[in-house]
Amino acid sequence: MSSLTKVGALLAMLALGACSNSGIFGLDDTLGDGTGATGEYAEGSPDDPRSIAHFQERVGDRVLFAVDQSSLTSDGELVLLGQANWLLENSAYKAVIEGHADEQGTREYNLALGARRASAVKEYLVSRGVASNRLTTVSYGKERPLEVCSAEACYAQNRRAVTVLQADLNF
Amino acid sequence: MIRVLAALLVGLFVVGQAAQAQNGPLRIEITDGVVEPLPYAVPNFVPENSASGGYAKELARVIASDLSGTGLFREISEKAHISKITNFASPVQFADWKAVNAQALITGAVKVSGNQLEVKFRVYDVFAGQELGNGLRFKGTVDGWRRMAHKVADAVYSRITGEGGYFDSRVVFVSETGPKNDRKKRLAIMDYDGANLQYLTDSSAIVLAPRFSPMGDKVLYTSYETGFPQVYILDVGSVKRRVLHNEEGSMSFAPRFAPDGKSLLLSITRGGNTDIFKMDIASGRQTRLTSSPAIDTAPSFSPDGSQIVFESDRSGSQQLYVMPANGGEPRRISFGQGRYGTPVWSPRGDLVAFTKQNKGRFHIGVMRTDGSEERLLTASFLDEGPTWAPNGRVIMFTRETQGANGSASLFSVDVSGRNLKKVKLAGGGSDPAWSPLQK
Repeated sequence: MSSLTKVGALLAMLALGACSNSGIFGLDDTLGDGTGATGEYAEGSPDDPRSIAHFQERVGDRVLFAVDQSSLTSDGELVLLGQANWLLENSAYKAVIEGHADEQGTREYNLALGARRASAVKEYLVSRGVASNRLTTVSYGKERPLEVCSAEACYAQNRRAVTVLQADLNF
Repeated sequence: MIRVLAALLVGLFVVGQAAQAQNGPLRIEITDGVVEPLPYAVPNFVPENSASGGYAKELARVIASDLSGTGLFREISEKAHISKITNFASPVQFADWKAVNAQALITGAVKVSGNQLEVKFRVYDVFAGQELGNGLRFKGTVDGWRRMAHKVADAVYSRITGEGGYFDSRVVFVSETGPKNDRKKRLAIMDYDGANLQYLTDSSAIVLAPRFSPMGDKVLYTSYETGFPQVYILDVGSVKRRVLHNEEGSMSFAPRFAPDGKSLLLSITRGGNTDIFKMDIASGRQTRLTSSPAIDTAPSFSPDGSQIVFESDRSGSQQLYVMPANGGEPRRISFGQGRYGTPVWSPRGDLVAFTKQNKGRFHIGVMRTDGSEERLLTASFLDEGPTWAPNGRVIMFTRETQGANGSASLFSVDVSGRNLKKVKLAGGGSDPAWSPLQK
């Protein structure tokens, strides 16, 4: 495949992605729902380093937290370093960072805890050079669990902050 | 003839009040001890014209459901009745009601004229052979017939216990449908017993934790309508809503009205830090009440408006604090094991209800406002978010069951810890808020 056809194929893929998932540009899910990694919002091929799919699957779009904590783990920082580099290279994207908590907490507290987690991620990305006006935070508290069992295996996956990419419409 | 007919663990404050409020011999003493529900009869009301026939039985059924639902009263079924009440004005055959051990008897009559309903009732102390208080009459439109039944039951409850009633009240809550990882939430309102359910929002955005205004005509709640959690105010009658706090890059939640209904408390999160603010509803002007780097949330006014109870993790874990209404140094009131959240000041002013999380279990509990005399009323996988009945005797809350198919329901429990029961509801529900007694 010549490099021109490759670019053409990539553009087609991106276009198809956009068509099959018009919500990414629409108002209905500009915030995503924190379930991006399941693939339904993935755009493009993970092999394309500029794709959302690549960000989600190869860079890693989420970090996990210990019980009732919002400090980043060293694994988490590694993922976020990758996110920061990706965002610096792909300036056409903004991101909403969604903070979540597991179900073992009261509703209001978990909302505030999710906000702390999202904010910790934002602060890290900004410290690595990502412009803060490209990053928005929101907390879902315990309202949007990814895993549904009532056991630590699920809780660990639900205590998360997910970086959801949005194409920057002003680009 | 003084009969100690029933007893309930509540605390001494109730005893004193009950003992002085009532002079009649028929009495439920709500105090420490064994519960013996008071047997009563409520025969079908007497239809005074043909149009009222349909209501005669239904009114009696709603009254019985209210009274028996408290756990303080036990109905003597109609099958056991010897006497029939066929004329509201005729003398009561006390011997016939004594024979079936009905200690209280409620008789009534109903008349329909056009769309107007008139309900009369009397309460009798059967063993004393006399009326308890005077007969009363309520008038209203026919579609409000359940409210009239609740008003009768409130009057009976009040006369026999010496306390205010709570049956003529409503509950606003979050109706829940769908699986745990795709829960749809809508604001809904219903009578306290689950009747007359109405939806106030659709399920397009997550809604959380509605709270009634002191008059019961407005509701504060949190919605993700803009994509971010923000506090809204909604008019119950017109269902019109408006956002109260919509600031870019911040979120707001945990709203609760001040006792005068003109301002509210809420939590606002900026840069990951959550503090408590007071907001004037008309002007939108905000006053900061806390400024710690901790999570400060779930504020609730004392009924006199002088103090605020809230939760904070400033000590390192979620605990309860009380501060003056205009902010200032908070004092911690929770010192037991575990974490404490969602405090709500009782309408009587003497207790704070809360959620406690300890050793993997959740509890609804109450303590005095200085933190003393903590009592846990419930225990389960997940109980949270207490709200007080208007008379401060009953608490409603959310109970969520565990596991992949877990779902949320509304439960109520006496402040004594007795009479735990699920509120009748089609589908799931969470975050109940009890209205004041309706006018």
